[in-house]
Amino acid sequence: MARPSPFSPRRGTGTLVIAGGRLIDPASGFDGEADLRISKGRIEKIETANRLSARDIERGGGQVLDARGKVVSPGFVDLHVHFREPGREDEETVLSGSQAAVAGGFTTVCCMPNTEPAIDRQEVVQFILHQAESAYCRVLPIAAITRDRKGDILTEMGELKRAGAVAFSDDGSPVEQAATMRRALQYARQFGMPVAAHCEEMSLSAGGSMHEGYASTRAGLRGIPSLAEELMVARDIELAAECGAHLHLCHLSTARSVSLVREAKKRGVKVTAEATPHHFSLTDDLVPERYDTSLKVNPPVRTASDVKAIIKGLQDGTIDCIATDHAPHAREEKELEFDQAPFGLIGLETALCVSITSLVRPGKLSLPELVALLCSRPAGVFGLTAGRLSPGAPADVCVFDPELPVQFQAGSFHSKSQNSPFADRPWVGTVVQTLVDGHIVYDRVAATG
Amino acid sequence: MKKLIPEARVSRPRPKPPLPTRLSSRHLLGLEGTSRAELELIFETAETMLGVLDRPIKKVPPLRGLTVVNLFYEASTRTRFSFELAEKRLSADTVNFSASGSSVSKGESLVDTVKNIEAMKIDMVVIRHPSAGAPHKLAREIDSPVINAGDGQHEHPTQGLLDLLTIRRTFGRIEGLVVTIVGDVLHSRVARSNIWGLVTLGAEIRLCGPSTLMPVEVERMGVKVYSELDEALEGAHVVNVLRLQRERQQSGLLPSIREYSRLWGITPERLAHMHPNHIVMHPGPMNRGVEIVPEVADGPHSVILPQVTHGVAVRMAVLYLLAGGSERGAA
Repeated sequence: MARPSPFSPRRGTGTLVIAGGRLIDPASGFDGEADLRISKGRIEKIETANRLSARDIERGGGQVLDARGKVVSPGFVDLHVHFREPGREDEETVLSGSQAAVAGGFTTVCCMPNTEPAIDRQEVVQFILHQAESAYCRVLPIAAITRDRKGDILTEMGELKRAGAVAFSDDGSPVEQAATMRRALQYARQFGMPVAAHCEEMSLSAGGSMHEGYASTRAGLRGIPSLAEELMVARDIELAAECGAHLHLCHLSTARSVSLVREAKKRGVKVTAEATPHHFSLTDDLVPERYDTSLKVNPPVRTASDVKAIIKGLQDGTIDCIATDHAPHAREEKELEFDQAPFGLIGLETALCVSITSLVRPGKLSLPELVALLCSRPAGVFGLTAGRLSPGAPADVCVFDPELPVQFQAGSFHSKSQNSPFADRPWVGTVVQTLVDGHIVYDRVAATG
Repeated sequence: MKKLIPEARVSRPRPKPPLPTRLSSRHLLGLEGTSRAELELIFETAETMLGVLDRPIKKVPPLRGLTVVNLFYEASTRTRFSFELAEKRLSADTVNFSASGSSVSKGESLVDTVKNIEAMKIDMVVIRHPSAGAPHKLAREIDSPVINAGDGQHEHPTQGLLDLLTIRRTFGRIEGLVVTIVGDVLHSRVARSNIWGLVTLGAEIRLCGPSTLMPVEVERMGVKVYSELDEALEGAHVVNVLRLQRERQQSGLLPSIREYSRLWGITPERLAHMHPNHIVMHPGPMNRGVEIVPEVADGPHSVILPQVTHGVAVRMAVLYLLAGGSERGAA
C-alpha cells in the first residue's frame, strides 16, 4: 500500500488553533506556552489566558492542532535556494523544491537566478511567480545583477523589482569587475534593493575542488584558498561603503570573512551576511575520508577554526541569518569523480536538525536565537513581511519537535535530488507540521501514522 | 575521527611482533594508514618474489585462474608494464583497458564501466586515474579488490612501496635514515605515498623544492621543508628526485626550467653533501638535464634501475596478498 503523502497543496485559508505548544516569536520577543489562534489564514492572536484544556485538545478535531511537547514558530525564511527551473527541471522544480522547503519548515524561500535562461528579465520573473502559484510555500525570485549573469551589462533592475524580484545576485559567479559591481550597487540602491554577493576571486579558486589546507594536501586535490573569498568580501564591503548601498554577503565560510563583516558593521557599512548549516557543521578533513562528492560545495567546507568563527558570528549578530544554499544536482553528475563533480548540496530538509544539533544542543545558541536566525532575521535582511506571528500576518507556521531524533537516507529526501552530506547520520530536531496561510501543507504525522 | 597531527615518534626498541599473514584491507588504496606490520609483510613477500624473478623460469602459480583488469585512464608505460608483468609472473590472466579507446569517450561513468567489466567475472582491478579518490569510489562500488596504480595527485602506493623496498634493501632498515625528496611535491602522488610509508617506518623526511610547488601545511604529515637544496641533502642517506613536468612552467608556477635546474637539479656537486653511502632514486620517466643530470642518473649511487625491478616484485607481493596470500597456496 502506498504511504499517504505528507503534503497537501495550498488551498484557500485555514481557521484553527495550534494548541499546547511552546510558542516562539522572535519578532515580538514572545517565548512561552501559548495557543496560536488562526482565522481565515491569518494570525488572530497569541492566546496565553484562555488556553484550550487537554480535553479540548484531545477531542478538538480538525479545528485544533495538538502541539503539546512541540515548538510553534513562524515558518522559516530562506534567502538562498536553487530551484533549477527553468532549465534543469530534472534536478528540481519550483514545485518539488517547495515540497523540500515545507518538509524543512520553510514557508518563504528566495530562489537564485542561475537558471537557464537566467532570471534576468521580467518574463522570467513572471514565469517563476507563475510556477510559485501552485507551490507549497511562497517562492520569491532573486533577479540577476548582470544580463545572463555574465558580469558586464546590468539588468533592468527597476522593472525586475516591479515584476516581483526581491534582491539581485549573480550567485554561483562573482561579479568579476570592480567597476561593474560598483555600478550595480549604485544602481540597486536607488530602488532600495539589496545586492547579494557570491564572493570569489576566480583567479585564486580556479581548478580547486575543496578548501586549500592540510586536508587538500592529504587528499591530493587542488584547493580553494580562504583568500579567494576574503579578497572579494573586502572589495565588496569597500564598494558598498562608498556607494551607501545594501550589500548582502552570501554563504560566508571563513574566519577572516566574519571579522571583515564585523569590522564593516562597526563602521556603519550597510552590510548583511548569511551562513549555511554546512559551513557551521562540516569540516574539510571529511573529504579525504571517502571523497564523498556530496561534500563538494562552493565555497568549500573549511576548517574547525572557521566553523568556530562562523558560530561566533551567529552568536554576536555579525552574521544576520541562516540560509541553506539548497543546490540540487542530478545523481549521475554527483557520481563523477570528486574533481569532476559539480559543486552544491541540498539543505532545506536538514537545516533545522543540523542547526539544533550543531548550535542549540552544544549550548552555542538558545532555541529562540536559532528560530530568529531562521525566520525574523532573514526576513528583515530582504525587508520581507514574513517570519513573524503578529496579529493579521499570514499564518505561516512551523511546528517542530526539538528533541525528536531524525535520520535521512539517499532516497528519503523530498527534493528531486538527493545530494546531501547529512544523510546516514543521526540528528535531533524534526519538523512535524508546516502551515501556509493557516493551511497544513506538510504533516509528518499524516505520513508516518 | 582521525588525528590530524601524527603523534610524536618515540624511539625505543620495540619487540618484534610476528608478521601478520594478510593485509587488513581488501584493497590497496594508499599508504596513509597502512601499518608498519603490513608494510613489513609486503616487503617480506616482495623478497620472496625477487627470488622468483631471479629464477630461469620466472613464473609461479598462485594467481592461476584469476583475472586481473588493468584499467588505465591515464597514459602510462612503465607502471602498466610492471603490473602486467607481475600479474603474468603469478599466472593470472590479464586484461588491459585504456581510456582512450573505450566507452569513456561515449560518456559512460567510471563505475558503470567497471561494473560492466566486473560482470564479465573478473577478480581484481588495478586502476590508474587522473582524479584523486577514483579508486576509493570503485572500492565502495564493486566487490573485487582494488589496487591504486596512481590517482591524480593523491597516492601511488606501489611506487611508494618499491621506493621503500629499495631503501630497505640498501641499508637493511628504514628507521633513523634521512630521506630527502626533491622537486614538485605539490603535484606528486609519489611523494605523498613515500612520505606516509617513511613516516610510519620512522625515517627523517626532508622536502626541498620551489615554494610554489610545496603543498599547504605539508609539515603536518611529519616532514621538514627546506628551501636550500644543499642544506636538505646534508648527511642524507637517500635522495628521491621527482619528475618536473614542463607544464608547471607554462602554468606560471615556475619562472623558468633553467632556474629550476640551477636551484634544484641534482648534480654530482650536490651529492657531495650527502652521506658517503647515499643512494639516488627517481620514479621515472626522467627529464635528464632538468631535475637530474645524466652523470648522477647513471652514476655509481643511482638505484634507478633496481627500483624498476623492485617494482615488479612489490606489485607481485601486493597482488598475491590481496588475492588471499598463502590461503591460496604458497609462491
